[in-house]
Amino acid sequence: MLDKFIKGLHRTREAFKSRFDFLFGNKEINQEFFDELEEILLTADVGVETTAKIIDSLGKRLREAKIRERSPAREILKELLVEILEADHKTGLSLAPAPPTVFLILGVNGVGKTTTIAKMAYRFTREGKKVLLAAGDTFRAAAIEQLDEWSGVVGAGIIKHQSGGDPSAVMYDAVSAAVARNVDILICDTAGRLHTKTNLLEEIKKIYRVINKSLQDAPHEILLVLDATTGQNAVAQARYFQEAVPISGLILTKLDGTARGGIVIAVKDLTGIPLKLVGVGEKKEDLQAFNASEFIEALLS
Amino acid sequence: MLFSSLSEKLQETFRRLKGKGKLTEKDVDLALREVRLALLEADVNYKVVKNFISLLKERTLGTEVLKSLTPGQQVVKIVYEELVRLMGETQSKLAPLDNPPRALMMVGLQGSGKTTTAAKLASLLQKNGYRPLLVAADVYRPAAIRQLEVLGKETGIAVFSMGKDDPVKIALQALKEAEREGNDYVILDTAGRLHINKELMAELSSLKEKIKPLEILLVVDAMTGQDAVNAAQAFHEQLGLTGVILTKLDGDTRGGAALSVRAVTNCPIKFVGVGEKIDAFEPFYPDRMASRILGMGDMLSLIEKAQQVVDEEKSRALEKKLRGQSLTLEDFLEQLQQVKQMGPLENLLEMIPGFNKAAKQFKNISLDEKQLVRSEAIISSMTKKERLQPEIINSSRRRRIAMGSGTTVQDVNRLLKQFDQMKKILKQVGSLEKGKIKHRGIFPF
Ligand SMILES: Nc1nc2c(ncn2[C@@H]2O[C@H](COP(=O)(O)OP(=O)(O)O)[C@@H](O)[C@H]2O)c(=O)[nH]1
Ligand SMILES: [Mg+2]
Repeated sequence: MLDKFIKGLHRTREAFKSRFDFLFGNKEINQEFFDELEEILLTADVGVETTAKIIDSLGKRLREAKIRERSPAREILKELLVEILEADHKTGLSLAPAPPTVFLILGVNGVGKTTTIAKMAYRFTREGKKVLLAAGDTFRAAAIEQLDEWSGVVGAGIIKHQSGGDPSAVMYDAVSAAVARNVDILICDTAGRLHTKTNLLEEIKKIYRVINKSLQDAPHEILLVLDATTGQNAVAQARYFQEAVPISGLILTKLDGTARGGIVIAVKDLTGIPLKLVGVGEKKEDLQAFNASEFIEALLS
Repeated sequence: MLFSSLSEKLQETFRRLKGKGKLTEKDVDLALREVRLALLEADVNYKVVKNFISLLKERTLGTEVLKSLTPGQQVVKIVYEELVRLMGETQSKLAPLDNPPRALMMVGLQGSGKTTTAAKLASLLQKNGYRPLLVAADVYRPAAIRQLEVLGKETGIAVFSMGKDDPVKIALQALKEAEREGNDYVILDTAGRLHINKELMAELSSLKEKIKPLEILLVVDAMTGQDAVNAAQAFHEQLGLTGVILTKLDGDTRGGAALSVRAVTNCPIKFVGVGEKIDAFEPFYPDRMASRILGMGDMLSLIEKAQQVVDEEKSRALEKKLRGQSLTLEDFLEQLQQVKQMGPLENLLEMIPGFNKAAKQFKNISLDEKQLVRSEAIISSMTKKERLQPEIINSSRRRRIAMGSGTTVQDVNRLLKQFDQMKKILKQVGSLEKGKIKHRGIFPF
């Protein structure tokens, strides 16, 4: 049994090593090199358009630097990808100069919004901040209970209405409560919605307006949650949501699976929205600040 | 977003090649490159695409494609046919029920839509005269049990739960309960899990061993990218899936994951989820999925819907008028009446390739259902002459029409303006779509 496992492991390592050597070993750069690179990027969901762009710029840079060997090409590739991810990138989450800071969390169904909110809340409560959650998903069955259960686990307060209620009204109450109770961080959950449903995008605009009217400069971040297993549709998601409200950052969830999440490169490249946080599991601790260089390292392996 | 369709791209490729006389294998490769890109853009897995392309190449070289006058269309036809064939040709149903009660196990990654799908499937079975029992076996995610209970209440379907107990124990108890209560299908909602989580995958294996389910259905998010194959393969290897359910197809994803999952598991896709409501659940049609992956829109669904209500010849005549910009309010009224029978306008428009944008524009001129009724009343109050030549409708005629239809002059003005805008939009869309879609007697609004 163990023997089999070790053999299996060995096989994966071999496969990994040979592909890696193939791509960046001590050989010259030829068409095969670019084909292999294309495969790596496409299988990571980077998408046809952005992959083509990356390969073009890499070719150009290699020619300019007169590099003909594969091994130095790796660093240049990495640099290039990190550049895409970090261009015009404001690192970290913006906090309000005076509390409360309001975060609005959006995304399609099942990407991990509610769980991510719990993880974010946990980060802040651990820093000694006072956190309040707004149960804005009044649509999905038991979504309010889900957030409620989490609020207990992570030590945050919660503002909730009845299931089926108006989410804007929840937000209005939540912002007022955050101000009245001297809350540091208010995180607003919303119902999952496909970006193609026009009426639901209107609802998001309304939620945004209500928050903005209740507190100057709020929400301070509007974060779109993307699932790392999602393919090219994530670009459409980002575009439609961005059209409705000013999205300030992405959160990429489920990176603990086998999906490599290359879609965020395409989303950043095509919409300019930077990635800020990544989810790596279902527990409250499983949230990390995004690190472009580590991310690219994992993507290329 | 109006994407230029695959068939258009292929036509273009072949047009460029036409000049040089006899076409070669290399030319076919060039055309297949376009197919490859289209499939990759649709999220079909890289390796699946690779195999598919070599299969296509064989078929393309072995046929008369190159000699035909429309090689581009021929290639599209072959691609389409092969896609349909790969995805299962016909629609497949649940395995026949023997010795009830029998379990249906819903499995899948986190957030793929298992709980909602379990309720949808139960509701469908109930509509068909069965007595399903829903079982809350997701004991990990906060409020997952509660979610199923709420859905059960909404649909009037019994839900069995034992709180956060051992899923195997829950399932066995549920089967006993089903026996007692005379339920036939026992639908198990399991917790979402990663295919690389050994412990949780082992839990599913032992669940399978103990309850001997009639079916193990993998629930897959239609928006899944390249990773679909890894998850599907792992679930299949560990559990021996019997079928797949695709969810969230009501979005605008091309849904290439359908092909990937089918290719690696060889399991039939049995149902698709097309919305958050419980009845937004349909059988899977391979031909529709193939058009969708190729970016040809869900033409068949639309055609089917439209054909129920639209008289073919009439709509062809109407289409001609539209292209010639001679649409009258008379035609408009007739179409409004048909639209009312066809269901939400938005849904209908979203099914047509390139009409997503148009759907939005229509939204802006707010052609909602209530508006339809009002519009109908207004047009009905016009004289025949006014309907044919709306430009003669002056202010006194407007007042009369408003009175007659129980609306206001503003309403009448708005309708006339909408009609005008509509003509403009349709003219734009019409000329863009010309030649791309075969209008089989439908007019899309
Ligand atoms: N493996 C993994 N699962 C996650 C992660 N984030 C969320 N999930 C799971 O995904 C499912 C859907 O999450 P939920 O927060 O309810 O999504 P929402 O519908 O967007 O609010 C739940 O089962 C979560 O436990 C993550 O980073 N990794
Ligand atoms: Mg949620």
